[in-house]
Amino acid sequence: MPDELKTSALGAVRELKEITAETDTRDYLRAAATQAHKQYDDYELIVDIDAHLQEARFWHEILGFMENDVLKQTAEGQLAGGIRTPLINMQPGMSFQALGGRVPHQSGPREAVSEPGKPGAAFVEIMKRSMDSMGVDYQVIFPTAMLHLGMNPMEDIEIYLARAYCRWLTELVLPQEKRLIGLIYLPFNNVDECEKMVREFGGHPQIVGYTICAVRHKPVHHNQYMRLYSMIQDTGKPLVFHAGPHWDDPSFSQLNRFISMHALSFVHYNLIHMTNWVINALPERFPKLKTVWVESGLAWVPFLMQRLDHEVLMRQSEAPGLKRLPSEYMQEMFYSSQPLERTDFELLAMTMKKIKAETQLLYSSDWPHWDFDPPSSITTLPFLSDQAKRNILGLNAARVFNLPVKRVRPRAADVIADRAADRVS
Amino acid sequence: MKDVNVGAASSFTDPGRKVFDCGGTEVGVFLLDGEFYAWENRCPHLDGPACQGKIVPLFTEAVNEDLTSRGREFSKTQTNVVCPWHGFEFDIRTGVHPTDARVRLKGVKLRVEDGDVWLSVRA
Repeated sequence: MPDELKTSALGAVRELKEITAETDTRDYLRAAATQAHKQYDDYELIVDIDAHLQEARFWHEILGFMENDVLKQTAEGQLAGGIRTPLINMQPGMSFQALGGRVPHQSGPREAVSEPGKPGAAFVEIMKRSMDSMGVDYQVIFPTAMLHLGMNPMEDIEIYLARAYCRWLTELVLPQEKRLIGLIYLPFNNVDECEKMVREFGGHPQIVGYTICAVRHKPVHHNQYMRLYSMIQDTGKPLVFHAGPHWDDPSFSQLNRFISMHALSFVHYNLIHMTNWVINALPERFPKLKTVWVESGLAWVPFLMQRLDHEVLMRQSEAPGLKRLPSEYMQEMFYSSQPLERTDFELLAMTMKKIKAETQLLYSSDWPHWDFDPPSSITTLPFLSDQAKRNILGLNAARVFNLPVKRVRPRAADVIADRAADRVS
Repeated sequence: MKDVNVGAASSFTDPGRKVFDCGGTEVGVFLLDGEFYAWENRCPHLDGPACQGKIVPLFTEAVNEDLTSRGREFSKTQTNVVCPWHGFEFDIRTGVHPTDARVRLKGVKLRVEDGDVWLSVRA
């Protein structure tokens, strides 16, 4: 027995190590497993609609699906030269995300896995650890570095990386784990390629929707996209806008700290796209197209509802396609919860009432990013009913993403016991 | 409450930290400038393992007499532990968050007796 283990009236005293980027996800999220056990283990379904691939560790696998020889050779050359995510043209400031190493999981994953040489297996094993620890049945996978591809001036890179990512996801990852589900990355700077990808990948049973990575300067109401939206509407799967940070935007270049840019830029892009979506009356043109607005928290939604309602009543001539107030359309859309503004429950309760959270809010973790929310971010809200929590944590997502309401996650007690047994052995 | 022996005081480095799982109650024990401090390993934010994160000096905004800023500097007196879940920082001596004193770690009784460190934890 190691020296640090001593017996006491409470049994063995075990020393816990400092948490680093090498820490096993199950140890990192140990407290989340306890929360799952105590707070929501009896809930019928938990869906995390926004978790992330951190591409660097898996980039060589994605490049294996690169269909353009020139870009593939360029990327492999960059990779050999020490660039962790070749071709991305990474935006400035992203290396500040991990708070100078204070939040190690943002810099990972560097933990050991059981089959390091098997393509796709490391990612699947690490994500499964996070699902089991947080008590999640299904997790929707998004990229991380690729969220900024819409700003890449080399249009062909977005197209070919989008295709490589979607092939990696559908051919390598998803077949290894039924609890992982994905969205088609739409290379929105080229609408023909978007349509091609909807046709090519949209029928995969674990592809549950389509995403527009919202960090881009493309007006979503442009006529070139109407056929694409019709195609997506016909599939019955949602269109998901995923926000992101971008320090190069001229307004944000005035901000001198990452916190300032991060606090504003995610919301900024969803504000722009939502405003164009509503003012141009796209909900009237595509009444059956479900839209989901991801990773901007919630406070921006009632702000924009009030702002647009106020102005539309005065300037109807500039939004003649609307038959109702903007807020009424927005109350029929769906929103992801993270990063949930939990510092003022009175304000948060009003926000949730305004967005009709009981039916329209979808839990998201954003794991493994630095501002992730475990499911307890919902279960510990004192103003929500038990049914509202169940809806937000999984039942609403089942409706949006057409998922079966059937538990597929292990019992939290078993997850905790299995990890404890691993440590002893 | 039960007393738990977590080892010899001499086994701690200064500055240093060890975190113990005492039968389900997790406690961070810190040694700083010859003094021991003990806090529950549970962040008041979302229950993250606050005591298992990095130990860092407090950052301060260095403002000159004419109210211009020299940017950020290390504090010469305050050392924090950072919750690795989300970055919440706490003064190792007081358990208090630097911005909002209402956000604080929960203290654990600690004594050094006959060269050993003892914690008083929930049974």
